[in-house]
Amino acid sequence: MISRRNFIKLSGGAIAVGSLAACAGGLSGKGAGGKVVVIGGGTGGATAAKYLRMFDPTIEVTLIEANPTYHTCYMSNEVLSGERTMDSIAFGYDGLRQRGVRVVHDLVTGIDPIGRVVTTKGGDKFAYDRAIVSPGIDFKWAAIEGHSPEVANTIPHAWKAGSQTVLLRNQLTAMKDGGTVVIAPPSGAYRCPPGPYERASQIAHYLKKHKPKSKVLILDSGDKFAKQGLFMQGWKRMYGYGTDKSLIEWVSAAQGGKVEGVDAKNMRVQAAVESFKADVINIIPPQKAGKLAFDAGLTEGDWCPINKKTFESKIHPNIHVLGDASNAAGMPKSGYSANVQAKVCAMAVRDLLAGREPGFPSYQNTCYSIVGDDYGISVSVVYSFDEEKNQIIAVKGAGGVTPKEATLEDLRREMHYAHGWYANITNDIFG
Amino acid sequence: MNSKIVLRNIVLAGGVALSSTAWAATPSGEMLGATCAACHGTNGSSVGILPSLASTPASYFVDSMKGFKSGTRKATVMDRVAKGYSDEEIQLMGDFFEAQKVVPMKQKFESVKASQGKKLHDKYCEKCHEDGGRKPDEGGVLAGQSMIYLTFSMADFLSGDREMDKKMKRKVDELLEESDKAGIDALIHFYGSQQ
Repeated sequence: MISRRNFIKLSGGAIAVGSLAACAGGLSGKGAGGKVVVIGGGTGGATAAKYLRMFDPTIEVTLIEANPTYHTCYMSNEVLSGERTMDSIAFGYDGLRQRGVRVVHDLVTGIDPIGRVVTTKGGDKFAYDRAIVSPGIDFKWAAIEGHSPEVANTIPHAWKAGSQTVLLRNQLTAMKDGGTVVIAPPSGAYRCPPGPYERASQIAHYLKKHKPKSKVLILDSGDKFAKQGLFMQGWKRMYGYGTDKSLIEWVSAAQGGKVEGVDAKNMRVQAAVESFKADVINIIPPQKAGKLAFDAGLTEGDWCPINKKTFESKIHPNIHVLGDASNAAGMPKSGYSANVQAKVCAMAVRDLLAGREPGFPSYQNTCYSIVGDDYGISVSVVYSFDEEKNQIIAVKGAGGVTPKEATLEDLRREMHYAHGWYANITNDIFG
Repeated sequence: MNSKIVLRNIVLAGGVALSSTAWAATPSGEMLGATCAACHGTNGSSVGILPSLASTPASYFVDSMKGFKSGTRKATVMDRVAKGYSDEEIQLMGDFFEAQKVVPMKQKFESVKASQGKKLHDKYCEKCHEDGGRKPDEGGVLAGQSMIYLTFSMADFLSGDREMDKKMKRKVDELLEESDKAGIDALIHFYGSQQ
């Protein structure tokens, strides 16, 4: 086994050779050329693959993704309420193929960061000058007693969209009127911070129409949450929040809400103080970087440390990590974040392959949440980069959430803009 | 118009020469423009309800962003976003979007309303929004924009939430006198029909 110090030295040598080769290649043509292998065809990976080809069509881009179809986690809450179909959140890779991305459906089994080769389950090997890894999230099952990937076949997390979304939707439609739906948001950094509360809203929206004697019980691991004031304002207006007929009840960690265990057989969740019986249980377990990030030795703690200007791994040179798996604080883990980070990364990779210093980055994140009919809210932040501290910092005096005094017409427009955002971001990723 | 661009470029070039550190810390127009795509479409051509920015004259883009920033132009989200960018960055974004060719949005429209709208356009709007609203001008590109977005915009103009210049107000008043609000709707179908 190579020690990390030796390893970095070795691969440091490899970079020098690599970039010389890239420079030499750059002399013969207009673009710099070079081989980039992107692993993971979600928001981060697919955007990076597309934008690399847009920024420099001489770069050879291979995208390796296990599944032929990707379901976005964002907007999947509208599938749960019945406002949207599964088909409407499903995307394939023909758009990327048309842009000259070589799309390979296979599972990556290993990355050799020194030899710069990616190996797949199908037995293929892909050499790269630079690799971009965007493996998404994995769950920390052990944080909830009695939970496991097998238990998730009956107690869905639905935090990776697809069959899990369908399972939760079917449980909601099969539930009797008067039932209780438990949602347990995770502790720690996790994908889509306002997501669990938008989910509570969308499920309440469904219950109000079809099962009005039922309720959503949020058993929370925290004492506050994203866009809290706005969510609660919407819940009061539409779901009777705060009254004894409320369709949504929120139990904070301080009130004993933190879920510590689950008994799938008896449909009970064990919270800090008492246990709750439920008809549908949606535990969203605490999260960490996707499995591949750990297998490839790209993690430190739960996430992957990176240079936030280029998204290059701080552990393995020539490998970039984006999206939810990376530690890109202070940006939240969101679809918009991953989409923007992929562009910052693609631009840096283009520059590095051409032997240039990467340009200065810019980042943005806007997250819409649809609270009910004609009712959207948002948070929007513009970010810059502090090179000295390697920090992504919110630009002062800008950004923020929908004002509390927003008119109903403004909220209606935000709902439309949420749908417009979805059409554009998915087309920007896969189109 | 051309002389304005030349003048602006000279001013910009002067600014760059004076502060090289600021230059190093300024993202390119391409970088800045790419961060808008999730809402406004790849290279500023929208396929959703939000407006396309591609082909918008930089001067109109800059005016809009400054209006959002100062609060003189009403917005739901853009007021919060625009405050995050310096005047130099806004100019770079404007130049980037001006250079992109807009792809008109594919959307449903009613052809009866669209042809009615064309007549109204020719009579009241063509003088400023030339070539059926396709030509990038001081009001941006109207043809091929999202009809829902155009509906929001016109509602804001009519309610007074967004200011119309005197020329536009006079023409809109005349149009309303001839055809009431149905005429506005017909115009929007005409712009939406250009794909």
